[in-house]
Amino acid sequence: MTFFNENSIIETINMIKVHNLDIRTVTLSLSLRDCCCDNVKDTGYKIRNKIFKYAKNLCKYAQEIEDEYSIPIINKRIAVTPISLIGESSKDYDYVYLAKVLDEAAKEVNVNFIGGFSALVEKGCTKGDIALLESIPQALKETQRVCSSINLASTKAGINMDAVKKMGRIIKETALLTKEADGIGAAKLVCFCNAPGDNPFMAGAFHGYGEPECALNIGVSGPGVVRAAVENLPKDADFGTLANKIKQIAFKITSTGELVGRRMAQKMDIPFGIIDLSLAPTPAIGDSVAGIFQAMGLEHAGAHGTTAALAMLNDAVKKGGIMASSYVGGLSGAFIPVSEDAGMIEAAKQGVLTFDKLEAMTCVCSVGLDMIAIPGDTPETTISGMIADEMAIGMINKKTTAVRIIPVPGKKVGDYAVYGGLLGEAPIMPVNKLSSETFINRGGRIPAPIHSLNN
Amino acid sequence: MSEDKIIVTISGKDGIGIVAEISSVLAKYEVNIEDIRQTIMQGCFMMFLLGDISKSKYSFKEIKDATTETGKKLGMEIWIQKKEIFDKMHTI
Repeated sequence: MTFFNENSIIETINMIKVHNLDIRTVTLSLSLRDCCCDNVKDTGYKIRNKIFKYAKNLCKYAQEIEDEYSIPIINKRIAVTPISLIGESSKDYDYVYLAKVLDEAAKEVNVNFIGGFSALVEKGCTKGDIALLESIPQALKETQRVCSSINLASTKAGINMDAVKKMGRIIKETALLTKEADGIGAAKLVCFCNAPGDNPFMAGAFHGYGEPECALNIGVSGPGVVRAAVENLPKDADFGTLANKIKQIAFKITSTGELVGRRMAQKMDIPFGIIDLSLAPTPAIGDSVAGIFQAMGLEHAGAHGTTAALAMLNDAVKKGGIMASSYVGGLSGAFIPVSEDAGMIEAAKQGVLTFDKLEAMTCVCSVGLDMIAIPGDTPETTISGMIADEMAIGMINKKTTAVRIIPVPGKKVGDYAVYGGLLGEAPIMPVNKLSSETFINRGGRIPAPIHSLNN
Repeated sequence: MSEDKIIVTISGKDGIGIVAEISSVLAKYEVNIEDIRQTIMQGCFMMFLLGDISKSKYSFKEIKDATTETGKKLGMEIWIQKKEIFDKMHTI
């Protein structure tokens, strides 16, 4: 005899129906290392074939699983080996061509993003890395689905300040080349410190060097579910109770994600990689990380106490997730992308959530400065300064940090950038007017930090 | 096998023949009903049904589509899910 519990059924259905619990992404992580050829056209041909071979049924299987459990699977994506490595064997570098190949392959198998137009340059650039970096603006202009990520720093290597300087310029150029769409190219470009090689979320997904031939990684979300659970607690429940509640919810979300991930991997006949439980907000009402802060008792995201709230949230989510699966990986924690979170947008609009507060929050969130629209005339060296700060936070605190900011061409504080869909919309946030130029122009590398005398 | 167990959840306004209609479509699609529970929750009729599809020659998708269709005709909200999702989510 099989048993079932009506309350569990109602709870699960409510989480999906009312609080937007979903599988945010199933990401096929695929090595392209066997695609390197002397001739870039041959490399492109091999890449196309390999992606098609492995991913042709990705969407079909995702749909079948969505049916089986009635849980929405929002995005189907692919992450590949950093392309700087794959294109480097060709006699004539043509990374824009490879980006177009990825874009076409993504269209063909119907995935909405393909990540891995990437280079890992924390200690220095190879010739291929430099060529890839320089091709980013054009590549993101000429493609729709390609995402680019660059690892600029790590706790072990320090910060590559030459590359940080370069990226300030490249981000501006990328935004400028896509100015008719409010610089959307820059929304698909992220700079990392300590980038994980198994992250299923975009724009930062790529197939890391130590990864197997292929794997199925899964990203689950559910800020709405956490917010509802916190709201249902009495207003005077103490932090121990609050943390426990979040852990319980994180456990439930992660267990569900693992079930879906394993089923998906089984159908595709590839290994299951990791599950990434990240509270990734969407512009949908209620699906907001800022909403969780309010449920915890802060007037709005940005109030004093926000960093503490985020620290507890991020940690409790990880603890609950770890209990539910042996293979938790990726970025796991809470994202704070401004344009994608209705609560953050509102707080930024009111001017109560500032750039500086966001930077402080990135010390304890799972990623970093994310989807922040800034004035189009922000100097390159100021953008590099922002990147350097964020890399430093990651390097010293041994965590992943990232920067995805959009200098919106032709717009200034008070204006709006509108991207639509999951990328949402954002008010242009003011940035510090002081110059970082001389500092950034020094170049070189900030040495790796000491690992003792921790204080 | 828990993979072969499904949970059908129906909710909406109480009326005549809901259980009859749903069980008849399940019978047609060779689903064995192992347990049914009903309740009224905040004025709303709710029914939970545990079915076994291991003996059915129809696919899960076919069973789901047919049952959903019947549920819609009755004006009820209907969810058909593999039982695994509940087991996984609510058990340590």
